[in-house]
Amino acid sequence: MACAVSTERAGAETGWDPRRPYRLSPTVSLRPEPFGALVYDFTTRRLSFLKTLALVRVVKELAANPDVYGALAAAEVPAAENQRYLDALAGLLSAGTIQPRENVREWA
Amino acid sequence: MKLVEHFHTGLDAPICLTWELTYACNLACEHCLSSSGRRDPRELSTAECKAVIDELQRMQVFYVNIGGGEPTVRPDFWELLDYAIDHQVGVKFSTNGVRITPDRATQLAATDYVDIQISLDGATAEVNDAVRGPGSFDMAWRAMENLAEAGFTGFKISVVMTRHNVSQLDEFKAIADRFNAQLRITRLRPSGRGADVWDELHPTHEQQLRIYEWLLDNGEQVLTGDSFFHLNALGSTPLPGLNLCGAGRVVCLIDPIGDVYACPFAIHDEFLAGNVRDSGGFKSVWRSSELFARLRQPQTGGACSSCSAYDSCQGGCMAAKFFTGLPLDGPDPECVKGNAESALALVGAGGGQPPKPDKDHSRTGARRAPVSLGLPTVRVPDRPCDTSPLAGR
Repeated sequence: MACAVSTERAGAETGWDPRRPYRLSPTVSLRPEPFGALVYDFTTRRLSFLKTLALVRVVKELAANPDVYGALAAAEVPAAENQRYLDALAGLLSAGTIQPRENVREWA
Repeated sequence: MKLVEHFHTGLDAPICLTWELTYACNLACEHCLSSSGRRDPRELSTAECKAVIDELQRMQVFYVNIGGGEPTVRPDFWELLDYAIDHQVGVKFSTNGVRITPDRATQLAATDYVDIQISLDGATAEVNDAVRGPGSFDMAWRAMENLAEAGFTGFKISVVMTRHNVSQLDEFKAIADRFNAQLRITRLRPSGRGADVWDELHPTHEQQLRIYEWLLDNGEQVLTGDSFFHLNALGSTPLPGLNLCGAGRVVCLIDPIGDVYACPFAIHDEFLAGNVRDSGGFKSVWRSSELFARLRQPQTGGACSSCSAYDSCQGGCMAAKFFTGLPLDGPDPECVKGNAESALALVGAGGGQPPKPDKDHSRTGARRAPVSLGLPTVRVPDRPCDTSPLAGR
């Protein structure tokens, strides 16, 4: 079992922009656990972890918000911790756990 | 609380679930951890297996490691494979290659969410067949050729490290590279028939050092099932992976008759948590068994707590201790500091006998001859009787 994702990794090369909309990648499943969630990507078969319950809330809120800041607010992340969560999300983007949403056609 | 500490106290569902579908096997490997050979008449039916898969889906067990016995000799194996994949339970299955024909390889290559692990315990037929039986090297090789030709890349070649194959580590890596596969090496355990050959086959102290250094050099390209964490006491650099015994915490085993054990190497009543046929099913066993609750309690280092290496090796493998007759809260029989030697000397000499595996499905009751390189042991040929794994195909 490989703990593949380090959530500290920077995502600069992936065009990370928290002013844009994101969502959980469709091939990825979250399993709630007492510490946060297990993350499994059915395509890469990689297992990783969301290490806090708040990060799980943020990731789930991404799809319902027009940008990452909205998701942070909806998940009630204290402003002082925003940067830490933004860094974690950038790492999740470069790992393919989350992905930009604008190219996805959405049906209401 | 650090993430790894949550693993100590257990998760809502296992991360790494092994499911042995049958005790039937066309081979009779000397070190078989499940003493496989004969099919158990109480084996879970197709419908019962599907009910387990439904439950795993509900628990979000994302994938299972299917083994045996030889799982592909179950007539419904391919049906169950498809059923699992259709229910968001990915499958990695271990096989000796007997059923991996060119047609099957092509079909598997076109299937998402399936991974294959070919067992190979020697980089040459001589070394492999001495442990796995005559013809088993060629069978595995044909399966790997069929997978490679079908375009199935990244399948696993799974090697149990023994005294006879540690010197072949580079050759194993070359074989994996040749087939565009990934090498996986794991630790030999004194479980099942492995107890009978442990003294002959487990790596020497020098070989343990070689394995550790080789793993450090080859990094994350080589999988280990995190099985070598007891070697972490050899140096200051920990091997990649989780440094803990996951038994009952993040790992467990469902055996062919539905019994749930704490880990695949602990098929013994002592580590039996329940059965998937019990009311409440697997979920109830995982979440409420007394055994698992006990394993999730903080463990003390026991005789190891005064050792400076305890933080890095965690006392090693529970199953290895149990089946060599050592106390579970003391050193691993392969303790790299040599701390198990005095306790091991007492086993059998007034210190009690090591427990025998109590679930033998071996096809022949006769005690085997010692593992002799180049002279594969002659076995009774399979007969087309109802206990033969190849009957009823």
